[in-house]
Amino acid sequence: MMESASVTAEVIVAQAVSIFDVGDGFVLPVLIKLVFVLALFFVLPLVGGYLEHKAMGRMQARRGPVEAGPFGSLQLVADGIKFIQKEDLIPRAADKWVFAIAPGVALVPAMLIFLVLPFGPGVFALDLELGLFYALAASSVSVLGVLMGGWASANKFSLIAGLRAGAQLIAYELPLILAAIAVAVQAGTLSLVGIVEAQANFLIPGTEINLWFVFPQILGFGIFFVAALAELSRPPFDMPIGDSELVFGYMTEYTGIKYAMYMLTEYAGMISMSALTVVLYLGGWQLLPGVPLPGCEAGGGLFDCSPVGVISGVLITIGKIMALVFVMVWFRVAFPRLREDQLQRISWLVLIPLSLLNLAVITVAKVVF
Amino acid sequence: MSDLETQEAFAPGTAPGEGIAFEILGDAEFPTADMSLSIGPAHPATHGVFRIVLEVSGERIKSATPVIGYMHRGFEKLAEHRDFRQIKALVNRHDWLSGFSNELGVALAVEKMLEMEVPDRAQWIRMLMAEWNRILNHLMFVGSYALELGAITPMFYAFREREDIQHLMESATGGRLHFTYNQVGGLKVDLPKGFMRQSHGLSKLLRSRLPDYKDLVLGNEIFQARTKGIGPLPADVGLSIGVSGPTLQATGVAEDSRVTEPYLKYGEIDVHVPVGENGDSFDRFYCLLHRIEASLDIIDQIHDHMPAGPVNQKLPKMVKAPEGATYVRTENPLGQLGYWLESDGGRTPWRLKMRTPSFSNVQAIPYLMQDTLFPDAISILGSVFFVVGDIDR
Repeated sequence: MMESASVTAEVIVAQAVSIFDVGDGFVLPVLIKLVFVLALFFVLPLVGGYLEHKAMGRMQARRGPVEAGPFGSLQLVADGIKFIQKEDLIPRAADKWVFAIAPGVALVPAMLIFLVLPFGPGVFALDLELGLFYALAASSVSVLGVLMGGWASANKFSLIAGLRAGAQLIAYELPLILAAIAVAVQAGTLSLVGIVEAQANFLIPGTEINLWFVFPQILGFGIFFVAALAELSRPPFDMPIGDSELVFGYMTEYTGIKYAMYMLTEYAGMISMSALTVVLYLGGWQLLPGVPLPGCEAGGGLFDCSPVGVISGVLITIGKIMALVFVMVWFRVAFPRLREDQLQRISWLVLIPLSLLNLAVITVAKVVF
Repeated sequence: MSDLETQEAFAPGTAPGEGIAFEILGDAEFPTADMSLSIGPAHPATHGVFRIVLEVSGERIKSATPVIGYMHRGFEKLAEHRDFRQIKALVNRHDWLSGFSNELGVALAVEKMLEMEVPDRAQWIRMLMAEWNRILNHLMFVGSYALELGAITPMFYAFREREDIQHLMESATGGRLHFTYNQVGGLKVDLPKGFMRQSHGLSKLLRSRLPDYKDLVLGNEIFQARTKGIGPLPADVGLSIGVSGPTLQATGVAEDSRVTEPYLKYGEIDVHVPVGENGDSFDRFYCLLHRIEASLDIIDQIHDHMPAGPVNQKLPKMVKAPEGATYVRTENPLGQLGYWLESDGGRTPWRLKMRTPSFSNVQAIPYLMQDTLFPDAISILGSVFFVVGDIDR
């Protein structure tokens, strides 16, 4: 046991240098990184949520929020303040401890993913060698909070929702991971920064044309995105919430700040899954395939950047993330909800065979070329 | 007993994972207890205080029992204490989405008892309003059914259209929900100036927007997967239960009292009755959506026929129906609405019995929900279009 633990400790080490690694001390970089991760965690979901409000409003012949802040941009902040003021109810029959910690169990893993997400050249807290593994592992812990909340609420609707969420996670974890493995195989690394670098340097065999992984792995991209939607319980895969069937699913009995924590988990999940998709398939902070960032030198024009390059890289990443969030919102506006057994059938009979095929093709191609 | 002890009790003295034998009893099924799940009285899918008690095993429904009466307001009894002109303000409240059509039925019943001739223009305006009211009602269900299946957008579109129609009807009647526009012998007032032009424009606008609903809802693959083959109702079962309206037409029976027993001037125009084939949720929704189109066709025909003339007639101070009884049935938006009106010659009805479409339609729910999955139950519940006030009265 001791040996394996020490081996693991050796494997998980920082690879690329973060711009937050300033000075020689230990405390200052850690503090800066903590602030960075928390700021991302609390700001980006709000931006995504505002985008959802406004985009949904426009698509549904209405205006979305207009009152709070300029153009209603502070609506979610106002909502958050409202949730804090609300009475924190715990049903009498509920399993009180499990009920109380369940939103936290869902929220913390969603926050931990932000540790490894690269947002630009050097703009990340950590570059783990097992970054992809870590991100996928952390993302799948959140469902535990959902299951706990569903079970502890002492509500039949919540129970059904919790079990649905569990079944959904098991079914969609597999295609998600299989699709991600194909990327790791093609990139030759599990480090998220390494995957971005591999995309910047990936050329079509025999030519000089640079491509992102989305082009050779368009199938994997589709599978990953659909599976991510299902993992997040976003429409059309929102059976665990299913507001017309299950009242509000596992969140039925939650009020106030605990409810807000579940909502924040969902929106943070949208951001982190979109960010993972951007890193794995859409070239990270590269504007277009083969176009180096201004002021960047190494690694296909994406690393060792001047401040201009860093800022433009971050903006490009966030732009891509928001584009994917927009697609998620679009799905929500356009589609009804699938049925639970139809969801399972799609996963086991369509997505998993396709993702295995994708993995086989990519692996063979990797060996051949 | 700790985990370790449990394991040892199962297989004493063996290595973990070895020698644990399970004896399977019965017919090799894992016995689980059924759960009784109460949908409602306050539940998002019941839009009102309607309750269904489901006996579920996992997500499979073993039986469904509708529990009605949470919204009983005693309209039949109340009507016995209002005179014949006042009861129209009561009946437009039982099915609050089709106020005009309800009061039309009562007006027709009283006029039939009085053997009163209603001016032509009043009859045509009544038809026009009834058809607009039908569209108003159907749009609500187009939106809410999609919402029950998880699509939120059609609701907003439907309400945008509903707002236009309500604006139009308000300009003539003064009401948005409870119009109280009918009177014994005609209508309260004539149409306002410019109404016909607005009505014409709105009909054109709605026609241009209907393809949106067909693409967004009816043509959606997920919508079809959720509704096709779900809750099929055979025509004979439907007839024996007494369902009517889109729920019956979906089974392939083209019963519509506007065609089979025309009232007002429906005999003088073409009324198209869309029918389904399988009587499943998809067909019910298909009929509902296409009834909007059929109503628009009728409205366009009414625009061409609208005569000039008076819309009401002078009534005595006290309208007293002669002793006797009558039954009038009209095609309400949700199905067949019947009023049995009995008078003993006094100033108020002796008895007003309502035969409301929603009450009959929900009787089909236990049959339809038997052995379906829980999400399908919502798909069925939404597609048997009903208004809770219309069930409980």
